[in-house]
This record gives sequence, structure tokens and C-alpha cells, in this order.
Amino acid sequence: MSEFVKEFTDQNFEIEVLESDLPVLIDFWAVWCGPCKAIAPVIEEIADEYDGKVKVGKVDVDSNQGTSMKYGVRSIPTLLLVKDGQVVNQLVGNVPKGDITSKLDELI
Amino acid sequence: MNRKVIIIGSGPAGLTAAIYAARANLEPLVFEGSQPGGQLTITTDVENYPGFPDGVMGPEMMDLFRKQAQRFGAECLFKTVEKVDLSQRPFKVWADGNEYSGESIIISTGASAKLLGLESETELMGNGVSACATCDGFFYKDKKVLVVGGGDSAMEEATFLTKFASEVILVHRRDEFRASKIMVDRALANPKINVAWNSTVDDIIGTKESGVTSVRLKDTVTGELKDETCDGIFMAIGHVPNTQLFDGVLDLDDKGYIQTHADSTYTNVEGVFACGDVQDTVYRQAVTAAGSGCMASIDAERWLENQQH
Repeated sequence: MSEFVKEFTDQNFEIEVLESDLPVLIDFWAVWCGPCKAIAPVIEEIADEYDGKVKVGKVDVDSNQGTSMKYGVRSIPTLLLVKDGQVVNQLVGNVPKGDITSKLDELI
Repeated sequence: MNRKVIIIGSGPAGLTAAIYAARANLEPLVFEGSQPGGQLTITTDVENYPGFPDGVMGPEMMDLFRKQAQRFGAECLFKTVEKVDLSQRPFKVWADGNEYSGESIIISTGASAKLLGLESETELMGNGVSACATCDGFFYKDKKVLVVGGGDSAMEEATFLTKFASEVILVHRRDEFRASKIMVDRALANPKINVAWNSTVDDIIGTKESGVTSVRLKDTVTGELKDETCDGIFMAIGHVPNTQLFDGVLDLDDKGYIQTHADSTYTNVEGVFACGDVQDTVYRQAVTAAGSGCMASIDAERWLENQQH
């Protein structure tokens, strides 16, 4: 996994995501989810390209059910864009890279 | 760089074509598309693919296909083709803003899950509406869900969802299933599965915040409407071929499937071949897709040879 993709958990979500100075892109995923595997390389590319501008991380829904439930995640992959502690966008499914980056570009 | 063969799609058809093309030293370039590995990556056990007596997980099988193609030199890109130009040779395709060219093209873009077409369905997709039980079943522990459809995939999804859900209702517009007997028997024997026969989905009720709260079912015999309380609804009502890229360029049938010449994978454009579910209106199995992928590769190889004379 890219060094720029962080691992968010129920424990560090508050500090890493909600209190982040940078906008945050969160990828909710699980090992048993085929489409999640498909989108993973795209998330890594984005993490590399937006280093210093957007914080990028993943939430494993298996081990972090609290965060998944809190944000009403019922389908994976789900991508959330968070700015100043607020969810500003949600993308569901294996969406094209351009759809994600255009939403990110609006935020930075 | 100009390629001899470009393959668009990475299910059993595309990756089998890649294995054959790579072994023929055609150095194929495979565009994996938005669902690398194809539809099998969102299924669970594959029990009917020959050579796997104990069954195999769909995603695992597709990893094996890919490895086998790469072993002989196929190059697989995790990119989705956005545009094609088949009007002159070499053919051109665009993905992620880059242009690629190929002497021949093998199309194996497969099919995608069909949706009902309701406004509420689009609105609530990912918030209680799903087209992938294996992806989303996990979120419905001890919940009640509906599965719409009457084919093999509806039976498989319903059965799979009972691992999580407390109750699964199969919603089907007719009074019998078209699924294979073994799948129907398995579903009907499951105490968690009930069936709403002769029923269609009239509307899905809920909000993004609350998720789906109920579904309005319509009785196709009496026309009566009834609200069924539930937490989620899974669509398994069949598939549509992924041929948007080729509309107006290749001959498609009235349902959008690519038409190929009899006993071959030739399309109406010379040098463009089609295989797998994108051209299969009848069988649509992993093994038939793989078979036609092999045909497409052999057709392309022979066609390329003839171009040199």
C-alpha cells in the first residue's frame, strides 16, 4: 500500500479525520469486497498525487464498525469527503478516478 | 505504441483472450475497466466451472485467470476505456486521457446489473439499495431485506444474504422462478427466505439519512399496493450489455448486444472481435465466456496474419 494512504480506525478517526486541517478522503472497504480491490489502486494514485493537499485513508469496515455505522455506510466501497469535520460528499461504488478528483479539486 | 491486440474488458472472456493472444506472442494490452475481473468478482462460490471440483471463490478464480495471462506477457492496465475510434486502422482507444492504438480490438466488456429505473432507487443507492449482495450483505446483520428477481443470481443473493439478515423476501413478478432447479430448491428450503409472488416494486421509501425504511409492492394480479417494512433492497433482475462505447459504430441487437457473424467472433467492423456476455444473449456463463474469448483471440490472430499477405 502507498505510504500516503493512512489507516483510519474507530480509535483515531476523531484526531486523524475530524480534526484534520486538510480535507480528508476516506475509503470504506473490506477484504471480502471485490469492487473495493478494484478501486484500491485508484485511491493510492490519488493519495500520491494529492500529497500535502488532501489526507487520504482507509477504514476497514470489519474492524471499525462504529465509524461505519456512524456515517451510515451500507455499501462498499463508499468514499466520504470530509472537510472541517463535516461530510461534504459521498461517492458509492467503484467510481471513475475523474469523478473523485473533480470533487477533491472543489475542496482545495 | 501500436499494439497488435487491444482487449477491452477483463472477465473470463477478456482474460482468456489475453492468455491465448499472449501465448501467440501478440503482446496484448488489456484494459481491465471499472470492474477488474468482471462480474465474477462480486459473486461468492463458483461451483460450475470445470476443473474446480471443490468450487472456487469468484474473485480468486479471476486472479488466477489474470496471473495466467500475465505469465505469457499480457499487460493489464487498471484503466477504463472512455472512447474508441473504430473508423480507421490502427484503431484508437482512449483511457484516463491517454491514447492507445491497436491493429485489432477484442471487445469483452460484459454486462452490468440492471436496475429498476425508479428515481428513489438512484437516490437511495448505497443507502439501502444495492446491486451487490456480496459487497453489502455485511451491513444487514439481523435486518430484513428484499431481493428482487427470479433468476439464478436472485437465488444466490437471497441465499447468501441469510448469512446476515434475519429475513429475506424474494420479490418476483411472476408465479414461478426461471432460475435453475438446484438454486431454487436451495433458496426455498431456507427458513429465512420467503417469497412475494406476482409482485413488482412500485416505489422505495426512505431517505439518505434513515436509509431504506420500506418498499411499496404492487400485486401484478390484483393491482393492490402494499408497504413492506425492510432495511434494504437488493436488485437481481438481470443484466444489460456494456456497449455504450460502441453505439452507432458496431451492429447491436435491439437489447444492445453486439452482433457477431455466425460461428465466429467477427463484428461488422473488420479487425474488431467480440466475446463473452457482451455478445451472448443465450448462455452467459463463465465457461462459455472463456470459450468465446479463446475464439476471439484465434480469430484475431488469423486475421492479423492475413493482413500481412
